[in-house]
This record gives sequence, C-alpha cells and structure tokens, in this order.
Amino acid sequence: MGQNHNHDHFVIPFKTLMNVCLWLCFYTVLTVVTAKVPVIHHALGPLAPLVAFGIAAAKAYLVMAHFMGLKYDTKSNRIIFASGFAFLGLLFIIVFIDIFTRVLQTNTL
Amino acid sequence: MSTDNHVTTAGKHHHAHHFKDAWHEFISAKEGIWLFMVTEILMFGGLFVGYFIYHMKYPEMFAEGASFLDWRMGAFNTFVLIGSSLTMALGIHYIQVGKNKAASWALITTLACGAIFMVVKYFEYTHKIHLGLLPGKFFAYPEAVSQNLAMYFGFYFCMTGLHGTHVLIGMALITWVLIRNMRGEFDSHYFTPVEGVGIFWHIVDLIWIFLFPLLYLVG
Repeated sequence: MGQNHNHDHFVIPFKTLMNVCLWLCFYTVLTVVTAKVPVIHHALGPLAPLVAFGIAAAKAYLVMAHFMGLKYDTKSNRIIFASGFAFLGLLFIIVFIDIFTRVLQTNTL
Repeated sequence: MSTDNHVTTAGKHHHAHHFKDAWHEFISAKEGIWLFMVTEILMFGGLFVGYFIYHMKYPEMFAEGASFLDWRMGAFNTFVLIGSSLTMALGIHYIQVGKNKAASWALITTLACGAIFMVVKYFEYTHKIHLGLLPGKFFAYPEAVSQNLAMYFGFYFCMTGLHGTHVLIGMALITWVLIRNMRGEFDSHYFTPVEGVGIFWHIVDLIWIFLFPLLYLVG
C-alpha cells in the first residue's frame, strides 16, 4: 500500500473485545443491583446516585478505550475527545454557579 | 490524476490525490470523526446539564416521573446495546484479519440489535403516549401529583428521542458499510468508512450508558 509500511493498522484482539463486553455486562448488573435491591440501596443512602454514575464512568472508559479504540489511537485524537468533556465540565460548573447563587427577590422595595 | 475522492478499481482502494498516502488519508478521516464526536458530546451534554439543574430544583417531581419508567426495559436495552457494540467492534476486527464474510454477519447482528432496541423503545413510548405522559401542552395525565410533571417528560422524550434518532441513523450507516463490505470494497488496508461508522455506533452506546442510570435508576 504505497509508502505506509511503517503504519500498520492495530488489530484489537478478539479476546480483549470479548472481555470488555463481559465487564460491561457485569457493571450493568452491578448498577441495577445497587439501585434496585432495597437493602443495598438504603445502605448507600445519598451515595446511591454517585455509585450509579461512578459505575457508568467505568463503563464509559471501557467503551472509549477498547471499543472506540482510543487506547490504541493517536495522542491528538485522545486530546480532541477529552477537550469535549473538558468544555462540558466548564458548562456544568458555570451553569451551576449561576443557578445556585441566585438571590430570590421577594420585595421590590 | 483523477479528481474523484475515491478511485476504486477491482475492489482496491486508492487514496485521494490530496493525501500523501493511504495512512495519511486514514488518520485525517479518523480525526474528522473524532471532532464530530466532540460535537455529539456537547449536544447531549447540554441536555444532561438541563436535566441535573431541574432534578435538583424539583426532586419529587422527577421521582414521580421516573416511577412511570420500567427499569427492566431499560436494563434489557442496555444489554442489547452492549452486545451491538461488541459485534460492531468484531466487524472491524474481522475485516482487518481478512474474514469479510464473518464481518458481514457481525454487522447484520449489530443491525438486528439496533432494531430490537427500537422495538423496545416503541413499546415504552406507546405506553406513555397512551397514558398522556407527554411534554408541555400535550401532557394529559389527570392523576399527576406534581403540577409540572410535563417537564420530566419533556426531558425524557428529548433525550431518548435524540438518542433513538442516533440509533436509526447508525442503522442506516451500518447498512451502507454492510453493502459495501459484501461488494468486497474493504480489506485489511482499507476500511475507513467501517471504522468511522463504528465510532459513531459506540458513541450511541456511550450515551445510553449514562441515560440508563439517569432516567431509570436514579430518578
């Protein structure tokens, strides 16, 4: 293929893909158990949403790293995708600071 | 030198003339896909920010809205999408190792999973439409406790509707690369469209990974 002998496409091993799928299924079961088994859900209390989103973040990492192949991709592509999340974080922070520091005016005088 | 983007002769792809070589063409196309993925993250991200703000303002109303959702359907669809992501990744894997027929079957399985996801979505939507659990002025559920319950279903239909649209577009794109694969247009050196469609399909899975706990479990 011309002059590209130095650049071979990385083939993600079959075993890696299967393992990632099994881990994703495991995490899905885990998130359902922590939310729907009453004993566990009550034990977690206010931490329950944090646990749910923590598990979602772990699943997201597996999908991005192995299925989307960012782990085997160029550094610039990793930076590009991370920049999306960085600006999303900025949107979260700025909007939350605005909404939750508003002073309600009940009297116009 | 041809000015066509892709000059295809007997199943062999030649890179476009404005690229140095095939690798240059591949990494340029892929970088474009990743830039597109950033816009996807920001589009869905805006909806997530809105959801979090109103969830904090009206927690009881969101809990009431979420009680109409069946987490079993959401969990089932999560497994379906994880499976479809696996078969999509396997499709690319098989093309790379020269097993194009296996790749076609992997892509067909991915399409089937997308269809199953949409059928489950259809049952969920008809249930809510039937009860009158709809956004804004279309809301017509008489037993609602919260006055602004329509807002929950505004978020629900916008977020899952936009996601479902992505599933449908993804299915159309997979059909396109499936046909091209069956025509023998891809090999271990050239499979750029499959790679790009694959990344798009995985982001559909990625967004559902966050939508599922947000709508079905935490609410």
